[in-house]
Amino acid sequence: LEVERKIRANDREYNLSFKYATNSIKTSKYNPFTFLPLNLFEQFQRIANAYFLFLLILQVIPAISSLSWFTTVVPLVLVLSVTAAKDAIDDIVSTHIHSLFIFLSFFPLLRGDDWEVCCEPPNNRLDRFTGTLTFNSQKYSLDNERVLLRGCTLRNTDWCFGLVLFAGPETKLMQNCGKSTFKRTSIDRLMNVLVLFIFGLLALMCIILAVGNGIWENHAGSKFKAFLPREENTVFSAFLTFWSYIIILNTVVPISLYVSMEVIRLGNSYYINWDRTMYHAGSDTPAEARTTTLNEELGQIKYIFSDKTGTLTQNIMTFNKCSINGKSYGQDQSILFELESEMTPVDFSFNRLADPKFLFYDHSLVEGVKLELPDVHAFFRLLALCHTVMAEEKREGDLVYQAQSPDEGALVTAARNFGFVFRSRSPETVTIEEMGIQRTYELLAILDFNNVRKRMSVIVRNPEGKLSLYCKGADTIIYERLHPSCSEVMKVTTEHLNEFAGEGLRTLVLAYKDLDEEYFSEWKQRHHESSVALEDREEKLEKLYEEIEKDMMLIGATAVEDKLQDGVTQTLEQLAKAEIKIWVLTGDKQETAENIGYSCNLLREEMNEVFVVASNMELEFLRTACICKTVICCRVTPLQKAQVVELVKKYKKAVTLAIGDGANDVSMIKAAHIGVGISGQEGMQAVLSSDFSFAQFRFLQRLLLVHGRWSYLRMCKFLRYFFYKNFTFTFVHFWYAFFCGFSAQTVYDEGYITLYNLVYTALPVLGMSLFDQDVNAGWSLEYPQLYVPGQLSQYFSKRAFMMCALHSWYSSLVLFFVPYAAIYDTARDNGKDGTDYQSFALITETCLTVTVCVQLGLDLSYWTVVNHLFVWGSLGMFFILTFTMYTDGLYRLRPSSFAFIGTARNCLNQPNVWLTVALTAILCVLPVVVYRFLSSQISPTINEKVRYKVCQMKEPAPRPRRTRLTRRSTRRSGYAFSHAHGYGDLMTSGRYLRRNALTCSTGLIPTGRSPGFKPTGRSAGYSPVGREQNPKQKVEPTSLQVFRAVKDSFF
Amino acid sequence: MGKKQAGTGPLSRRPDNSAFKQQRLPAWSPSLTPQTVLPTFYILSLVCLLLGIWLLITVEYTYELKVDYTDAGTCEQCFNLRKHAIDSSTPCKCTVSFHVPKTFPGDVFFYYGLRNFHQNLRRYMDSRDDAQMVGRKNNLKAPSSYCAPFDYDANGKPIAPCGAVANSMFNDSLTVMYNPTDGSKIQVPLYRKGIAWYTDKNVKFRNPPTNNTFSLQQAFEGTTRPLYWQRPVYELDDIDSNNNGFINDDLIVWMREAAFPNFKKLYGVLNRAQGPFTEGLPAGNYTLSINYNFPVEPFRGRKELVISMVTWFGGQNYFLPIAYLVTSGLILVTAVVLTTVFVKVGKKGKNMEE
Repeated sequence: LEVERKIRANDREYNLSFKYATNSIKTSKYNPFTFLPLNLFEQFQRIANAYFLFLLILQVIPAISSLSWFTTVVPLVLVLSVTAAKDAIDDIVSTHIHSLFIFLSFFPLLRGDDWEVCCEPPNNRLDRFTGTLTFNSQKYSLDNERVLLRGCTLRNTDWCFGLVLFAGPETKLMQNCGKSTFKRTSIDRLMNVLVLFIFGLLALMCIILAVGNGIWENHAGSKFKAFLPREENTVFSAFLTFWSYIIILNTVVPISLYVSMEVIRLGNSYYINWDRTMYHAGSDTPAEARTTTLNEELGQIKYIFSDKTGTLTQNIMTFNKCSINGKSYGQDQSILFELESEMTPVDFSFNRLADPKFLFYDHSLVEGVKLELPDVHAFFRLLALCHTVMAEEKREGDLVYQAQSPDEGALVTAARNFGFVFRSRSPETVTIEEMGIQRTYELLAILDFNNVRKRMSVIVRNPEGKLSLYCKGADTIIYERLHPSCSEVMKVTTEHLNEFAGEGLRTLVLAYKDLDEEYFSEWKQRHHESSVALEDREEKLEKLYEEIEKDMMLIGATAVEDKLQDGVTQTLEQLAKAEIKIWVLTGDKQETAENIGYSCNLLREEMNEVFVVASNMELEFLRTACICKTVICCRVTPLQKAQVVELVKKYKKAVTLAIGDGANDVSMIKAAHIGVGISGQEGMQAVLSSDFSFAQFRFLQRLLLVHGRWSYLRMCKFLRYFFYKNFTFTFVHFWYAFFCGFSAQTVYDEGYITLYNLVYTALPVLGMSLFDQDVNAGWSLEYPQLYVPGQLSQYFSKRAFMMCALHSWYSSLVLFFVPYAAIYDTARDNGKDGTDYQSFALITETCLTVTVCVQLGLDLSYWTVVNHLFVWGSLGMFFILTFTMYTDGLYRLRPSSFAFIGTARNCLNQPNVWLTVALTAILCVLPVVVYRFLSSQISPTINEKVRYKVCQMKEPAPRPRRTRLTRRSTRRSGYAFSHAHGYGDLMTSGRYLRRNALTCSTGLIPTGRSPGFKPTGRSAGYSPVGREQNPKQKVEPTSLQVFRAVKDSFF
Repeated sequence: MGKKQAGTGPLSRRPDNSAFKQQRLPAWSPSLTPQTVLPTFYILSLVCLLLGIWLLITVEYTYELKVDYTDAGTCEQCFNLRKHAIDSSTPCKCTVSFHVPKTFPGDVFFYYGLRNFHQNLRRYMDSRDDAQMVGRKNNLKAPSSYCAPFDYDANGKPIAPCGAVANSMFNDSLTVMYNPTDGSKIQVPLYRKGIAWYTDKNVKFRNPPTNNTFSLQQAFEGTTRPLYWQRPVYELDDIDSNNNGFINDDLIVWMREAAFPNFKKLYGVLNRAQGPFTEGLPAGNYTLSINYNFPVEPFRGRKELVISMVTWFGGQNYFLPIAYLVTSGLILVTAVVLTTVFVKVGKKGKNMEE
């Protein structure tokens, strides 16, 4: 075991001597030589396969062997090879994954020198790291601040030096991934129970028959000894009979069941990959079923847990409307939607620095700017000055804003396009270009945002020397701090705000105040004192801020649209109709989350709000949440997302689906029964840990309502039919036992037993479970209610299984006793023997094959060409193979194996045989038809109703409609602004600005805390100081948080 | 999985628009509607009814007569004699009289019937060597182990044919005498050959190769007869030497094991060439004389002579006609019930429209 890791810089040989893991990650299990033994070993670890191996061993014991070895070997080999082929393909695919995972520690200017790092061995702790660096015989300590984890992105830094400490599988990421839990579907779990039950049934039948054998041997068998000498001991005979019947009746535990299920799931997964309607042309991304074992679970989803940003919304903010000094600008969105072609966006060509992607449709606003209306100018000046955005200008005129939140980015970009271009900032200044004239404002203070203040202000001195305070924030907060003279404007603005909020826009109110030089310098002094105070610093600062941010003048309000993904509202509505509960789990704060809730119609005006704040009341939370129509959880950490999912899984026993796009959704995606990843801009973590992935949230409805529903339906139909056909097949042996002295004589010939599951009945049922549809995709989407039976597990349950078994029991009775009675004491039409064992076997086989075929035809509701081919082909195959196996040639080849020679020719030309076949088929199917007809007449299910409707209409499925939902709401948003605390500090401290730090940094200066930027604008509940904003819920930092942060330990 | 690596361009990964991949294959989707189910039921009921009646009439004109001779007539003492294995070689003859009430017109078939004889026990059925019976030299000299303990005799000589099935071959010989009212006795002439399946006689059972110089007896040189047999396999038929060895019709018939413990096997077919039998088997009194060899007492079995006619439908079996009539009635009743439900409860489909 590695105790300590030693790495020397630029000393390859020394480092190689330890044989540390290399950078490639090998996820494949096999190589060509180990494949066969390893794979076989693995396969026989599966209970089912081991069971068949055990059977095989039983079959070679002559005293027990009631069936030739090949009846087990042929299916077993087939099953093993199909599985092996699948494993091999999976393995070849996974061999290609090689990734570069680096763990870095970096130091300035140590290249070429001889330095050595000594650190802890690889582990999965993301929050701590210990080690020492020895350089020129001096030791420096290394801690968590000095390492870069795999997956980090460097920001504002072009390059850095480092040393790879852990590579490949030893990186903290890989150590942290753990083994993803193997997900199983609820049908799988039910199957485990059922298989146990079947084993019980098998044992019961064998015990009954063994006892029967004991009794028979005692009474009749002993008298028959002259013709067939045997052991004296009846108990021993019964014991042997027990095992013999275990062999014969083994088909109740169908060997091909599991492999068939895998094939079906694989096929249905391919349909998802192939679905054009789930292909997103914009990003050239088709949907992908990354897990091929969970399909039918998609048809049983009861709860959806959705991330918000990037999943429901595009995480794109657009400056949509504004109200300036009582005048509203911006076009109504719904009108805009309809008249899009006629609308021309505002021409920003007068502004060389304008962002070409920015679109605005109200020309009056740009006129206002050009006319130099003071209010309009003040409005945009405020937007250009009051923010914490950073500008990067690599080439002249090519501005890139790095905004901490997309809201801010949208506002600053809007100002930029309207001629108030934010160019650059230093800790003390902000440079903007006002209508082509560059002006540098002196930045005197940033009164930063936080959750209580819900506003931020800057105090600047313009080039003319005038002091001003600019403030933006939540309407309620700002309104309290306005000068009484603004009341007229306030009234109008309030109306506008209501209007904006009604459209689901995020609003902010802007205000300013001119400051007195004397007052400010005095305030500045007090501010300085407070900010260095050791006690109550926060409160003191708070007070100071309160003091200066009052009697402000209202400028106006902005409305930013948090753009929803396409079709989100319709999708949510559809899913709600399918009685799927949707919970939105987001790291954002309440107001933002609520805002989105309204804008995608999850929340409606008439709903009452319930807030649950407590964290340690799991059950209470769950109970409350489940009463609610809509649940939106905000300020949720990634870990809590997973906990919520686990909670529902644990107490509601419902199938859950989690959908998300970001790394912070990974835990939730892994925790839920089904994880869906949106492949978007947020990187690949969510997709990589998901089971299904696609590009757009709206594809979810097709995934569930079409693919999921079909998969579930098909799997259930498959299982019901599969059990039916195998039970029926097997139970006939049971009845025959009572006529053959419980001697473990089979009813069918061995060839038929071997081929029944593999050839005669395999393809039709496979065809059914790959092609069947009760109603087509269009109708499935038209009636989301069709999804409900899946949630209630109505198609396959213990009850359905028992019905199957009962039906089989009845069918087997018919299939045994009708041929028995029909051939009793009769003869062929030429007087010769027609009642011999071989004829009886063939008659029963024919009856069985035809009956299960008819039953399949009854179950099949969608006869494609392939289904016809499979059904008729299998039936034909039965006759072809039967005749082939009974030919003279094969008999001459191996007389003992093909002893049924001539039976088919002599038997199937008899009219009474065909009359028997017809009668059994009619009798077996009759109760099923009657039951189905009666239930559809008395209490039709939703499926039957829809099918009836489809039949009546005789017209193609309706095209998916695109209805535009109009929502009117007077609800006012709070400070719906995804912004995190702590950036103001960063802006004024200037740490971020020392771009050329490399040249001036000396040695190792441990900084108290290392602020960093998150790569994206999402403030998922975390502030840049690495502290959670909600101290009430203390959770361990998860991998995801840490991966987001980039440690700039340079500065 | 299923990812297409090839091709670039903006839509390179777009799935194909084929009906198969998009699950839009044209299909026929039948469903159980009243318009299809109810007429089908009525028609099916009618079809079953007609079939049932036709079959019933057919079976009504198929005569069958069973004469149980286990311990009837003078056979009681033979029956008792055969209780003990030690007396198995003592010949015993007996006769049983019976009456045929109606003339059996046309071809008449004579079967021997056994009750409670389990030819379908697994190990009994396995106890045979098909390779030996197809005349393979190797198996003749070294029978399959499945035949044990009837594979070798006490001296280690291979048994031909080996196994329990052949060993227990039915060995009563039956002669039927017609007793017309004039007091005379006419033996009912039977074809004793051509009673086995063609495939059995010509493919499944073959004698070891012989030729003009090499007789059947020589071919079986080195083997011994089955334990319970009185004569070797190559001397089964005194009259027709071509009916000896493994291709003996009686042996072949016996070797086709019955599916159930009560069964009958073809013994002979009435030869209608002459005498009073040209039209079939005339009504009247008959005597059955038996060379009583086959013991049935140990397993509480019965032996019988079955005289039967056959039609296209086979022998006299009332099951299928009655089953079809019952099924027809059943379908009719359910059809009426379904119609009632459809009209009353289902409101002629209005239920479906909600």
